[in-house]
Amino acid sequence: MTTLIINGESRSVAASPDTPLLYVLRDELGLNAAKYGCGLGQCGACTVIVDGKAVFSCVTAVTVLEGRAVTTLEGLGSHDAPGPMQLAFIAEQAAQCGYCIPGMMMRAQALLNRDPHATDEAIRAELQPHLCRCGTHMRILRAIRRAAEETRPKAAESRTGR
Amino acid sequence: MRLRFVLLVLIAIGALGGTAALLYAWESPIPPIDPRSFGAPDRALVRRGASLALIGDCATCHTAPGGVPYAGRLAMPTPFGTIYSTNITPDPETGIGRWSIQAFMRALRSGVDREGRHLYPAFPYDHFTRVSDDDARALYAFFMSIDPVNSSAPSNALPFPLNVRLTLAGWKLLFLRQARFVADPSRDERWNRGKYLVDGLGHCGACHSPRNLLGAEKASAEFEGGEAEGWRAYALGRYSQSPVAWDEAALTDYLANGSHPLHGTAQGPMANVVDNLAQVDPADVSAMAYYLASLGKSEGRNKSERVPFGPGRLPQAAGAQAATPSIPSEPGGAIYATVCASCHEGDRPPPLGGARLDLSTAVTDDAPANLINLVLNGIPAAGASARPIMPGFGDVLGDRQISDLSNYLRTRFAGRSPWDGLAEAVAEARGGR
Repeated sequence: MTTLIINGESRSVAASPDTPLLYVLRDELGLNAAKYGCGLGQCGACTVIVDGKAVFSCVTAVTVLEGRAVTTLEGLGSHDAPGPMQLAFIAEQAAQCGYCIPGMMMRAQALLNRDPHATDEAIRAELQPHLCRCGTHMRILRAIRRAAEETRPKAAESRTGR
Repeated sequence: MRLRFVLLVLIAIGALGGTAALLYAWESPIPPIDPRSFGAPDRALVRRGASLALIGDCATCHTAPGGVPYAGRLAMPTPFGTIYSTNITPDPETGIGRWSIQAFMRALRSGVDREGRHLYPAFPYDHFTRVSDDDARALYAFFMSIDPVNSSAPSNALPFPLNVRLTLAGWKLLFLRQARFVADPSRDERWNRGKYLVDGLGHCGACHSPRNLLGAEKASAEFEGGEAEGWRAYALGRYSQSPVAWDEAALTDYLANGSHPLHGTAQGPMANVVDNLAQVDPADVSAMAYYLASLGKSEGRNKSERVPFGPGRLPQAAGAQAATPSIPSEPGGAIYATVCASCHEGDRPPPLGGARLDLSTAVTDDAPANLINLVLNGIPAAGASARPIMPGFGDVLGDRQISDLSNYLRTRFAGRSPWDGLAEAVAEARGGR
């Protein structure tokens, strides 16, 4: 039995310890946002956030994550109440087939949490492990910039109390 | 009275000595040339120079991340401080556009720039001193043919007295043996070509030999293994700790393609080297391999069979991953079995399958640096070439988990006792990136 904190909630996982986190999320917990792309940690579609860092859930066995905090795309917002990152991707229509997008959003979120003022260069470098074959790269970049702008603490506004 | 006399004599001796040292250390400027005086470049000479520049890995240091090749500005951390590489494009103001061939040759082989300033030995003139006149001319023709870029290097961040370049004359007196390469008549032409490239432009020993406290290569310990940018540069020849002894064929393959099934994939700074060697005359690469193979063979363990490990290796229904072997109770073994084995114990051949860890020098070597770097950062995709890649696990595994895993791999696959100071090495590797 492995215990994980999934999107803020403590969950006990019955799967055998060698099961990749991705299978646990999708098959056992019904969290289907993270996608199975290559199963080799090489395409990024399965990316989730573990303790603040973007990791490939397909090559991460649950046993090494005992007690750690996992955030999936479901943790960023729901269909009815999308979070800022999701709203930005919708606004920029950054998905074509969309298979790679959940992973992209998770890594982008981890980056913005760490550095709300991430430069274009930093965003590009950060997203290097993610493959998209539809080719919406420029829209993806715009969406991440938009999410950054909308979630960034606005110094001037907070001073005037809005 | 007597004391004053002694003092005066001492001061006089000191002044004389200082003057003598200054005279010794002093190098005169070489007059600038008019950059417009160049005629049309000799295309064949330029081509040869371009290939030689790749063997010398010139662009590797003389290019900043994301910068124009050869325009310099790369920050090079050394144990003494940070040195910035210079602009070696033919820009008249910030590059070498006003350098004559004599100035270029002096810089290359004696470590003195056109203005007469001593260069820091981060520039490996202790190797380049062996370069022939002909090759130096070809290099010069190549550098003068590339597009000039206006780019000045930031000032070096070195403490006193190292920031005084005249002190380098002392370093050179101790460690620089200025001599062109002399062929060994008892060896064939290919061997001599290989040695000339390995010892000279290739400057292999700059990383693969240990250095002393003053940053000079230990002449008595050539190729016994060194360090580069947080990576271990493995020992070569008979000092090699590779589980399988290197031979000429393997060396040729590895240097030309960047990986070999029995030896793994070039990583860290060596990845740049093989990227460059992939573009040079194959005859030169093969000569280097021929010479390196002549350095002697390590004993190796010559394992041709995979270490049997765990039960079946049937792929799971998902197709990409192999079944996990039985999970050992020790923490490192459990991590290996659940995280690593699905690729490293699978039946997929490289580049999609993992390397055989029982053949990995990263596991057998005395220094754990390379194994830790690999676990932390994986193997990034190398441009367009079909080399193995691996995801990094630094964001998944904690320091303790990485230590446990490393020592498990060490004892299990190399059959050697655990590394000392592993926790510090992991912390250092993390801090370095």
